[in-house]
Amino acid sequence: MKTKWKIELWCWIFLVPTLLLFVLFQGWPIAASLYYATLDWSGLTSDATYVGLDNFANVAKDPYFWNAFKNSFKFMFGVVPLNLIIPLILAVILNRPRLKGASIYRTLIFLPVVTTTSIVGIIMVFIWGSDGAVNDALMRIGLLSTPINWLGDAKWSMFTVVLISVWKNLGINMIYWLAGLQGIPKDLYEAAEVDGARGTKLFVHITVPLLLPIGAVILLLNVVNSLKVFDLIKTMTNGGPFFATDVVSTYIYRYAFSSEMGLPQLGYASAAGLFFAVTISALAIIQSVLNKRIKGRAKL
Amino acid sequence: MKILRLSLFHVVMTAFCIVWIYPFLWMVSASFKTQSEFFSNGLRLIPNSFQLGNLVRAWNEANFERYFINSVVISVSTILIVLLATATCGYVLGRYVFKGKKLVLGVLVASMFVPMEFAIIPIYDLIKHLGLMNNLLGVILAEAGGAHIIFILLFSTFFGQIPKELEEASIMDGCGFFRTFFTIMLPLSKPIVGSVTIMQFIWSWNSFMIPLILTLSSPNLRPLAVGLYALRGENVVDWTGIAAGGTIAILPIIVIFLFLQRYFVDGIAGAVKG
Repeated sequence: MKTKWKIELWCWIFLVPTLLLFVLFQGWPIAASLYYATLDWSGLTSDATYVGLDNFANVAKDPYFWNAFKNSFKFMFGVVPLNLIIPLILAVILNRPRLKGASIYRTLIFLPVVTTTSIVGIIMVFIWGSDGAVNDALMRIGLLSTPINWLGDAKWSMFTVVLISVWKNLGINMIYWLAGLQGIPKDLYEAAEVDGARGTKLFVHITVPLLLPIGAVILLLNVVNSLKVFDLIKTMTNGGPFFATDVVSTYIYRYAFSSEMGLPQLGYASAAGLFFAVTISALAIIQSVLNKRIKGRAKL
Repeated sequence: MKILRLSLFHVVMTAFCIVWIYPFLWMVSASFKTQSEFFSNGLRLIPNSFQLGNLVRAWNEANFERYFINSVVISVSTILIVLLATATCGYVLGRYVFKGKKLVLGVLVASMFVPMEFAIIPIYDLIKHLGLMNNLLGVILAEAGGAHIIFILLFSTFFGQIPKELEEASIMDGCGFFRTFFTIMLPLSKPIVGSVTIMQFIWSWNSFMIPLILTLSSPNLRPLAVGLYALRGENVVDWTGIAAGGTIAILPIIVIFLFLQRYFVDGIAGAVKG
């Protein structure tokens, strides 16, 4: 009996590093956000005054917050479908075992994933600028007669950041799909081929249903990650032009850490952050419930 | 016919891939161009002559030597902390039954869906109160913080599969809990250690928001990802210098990835499957 007790003690000792990091950087921040959100506080001085739910009321009243909120979802609805469908097609093409060069293609498509987002953002400002490569190419093939200011024109800026984000993250989604495809037993295809199924039919009746569970996980990851977008928008447009690409994370940054708005307002920014964190968590919970349903059905 | 179709496929795919990585090729090429060539012939991928001036300027004058060292120090320290924390946690979660295990696991998994980016304000405040605001340790701790649940699950799955006899043998040899882990179990988990190291390396090297916020008042602590952003703010005309800085920041990570991509891709695939 004594050794069992000793082992339990060791287990908890081994958990200490993780639990310590968790409490300091996840548990405490959540509790502290709740508290900060009730303060009128710049974060710089010690003269915080308790204001109850005023910050939340002010966030709810601010049209710029709702603009950012809407843009976050616009961005998500732009990015997520493209980042599920295109990588799936590429994964199916590149999963063929006898295809020569498949691993080179995979590596090249994956490359943007491992590179620094903020630096990619800075470089993209030039490539998508008025005299950058994109305009030049489109004008040479005759699709454009005058260059478009892709990031500086409010009509185009959201479209452009969505495209660049898809380019950046497409590779990782392709790897997710490939992992799913490789998990499908080969004999299922062989059996179906014996029954006379070919090409698209195989894809619709075997690949798609068996990929649904992993597809649900990929969807969840993409929804949550696209709502958290910061690096790319901060470096490419900083939320502009005229707030056309301002998302909740850039909105919060502006209030909490930059001097653009005068004195920082940490309390107000915390309220906005919490508001959005609750939104994302609700979405994640709804989706993981749905995922369980899908998984349950796939097992039948 | 089949050969024709296959070669057409490869031609299309190769063209697609070149367009796909054009931004990197362009960046590397621009970092060798002179300012005048950059503006007169900005889109060409092969420079007229290879000028090393931009790279030297970025490294010496724009402080990229400093940023580079900061990036290395932050990444390496973060990896060590994360490895220690996730390996020990994954080990006990994967192999032992103890009171409170379900609770710990549940809290860790639930935290995966809480968007921590919005907790950056309390983290900033915490680092300030710990007195680490003008210290790389602040950035390192904030980067290593968080639950890294994916890594913990990778470790716990791996350790869960190791046969019990191995552990019993080591206890017979007189090893305690601690020594069994560090001398027998941890060395066995090399593939997972490899995956976690490379994945965390890529994430730390590229991370932007935390170092941006924690180095707002201390430019000397910036890593490359933040340094280049600040340089662009100060200096919008020096595009070749910015391209050179981008090359210094991105090339190491691409090279490391190309050599170790198996670990990275396997780790990601394992994480999403599990």
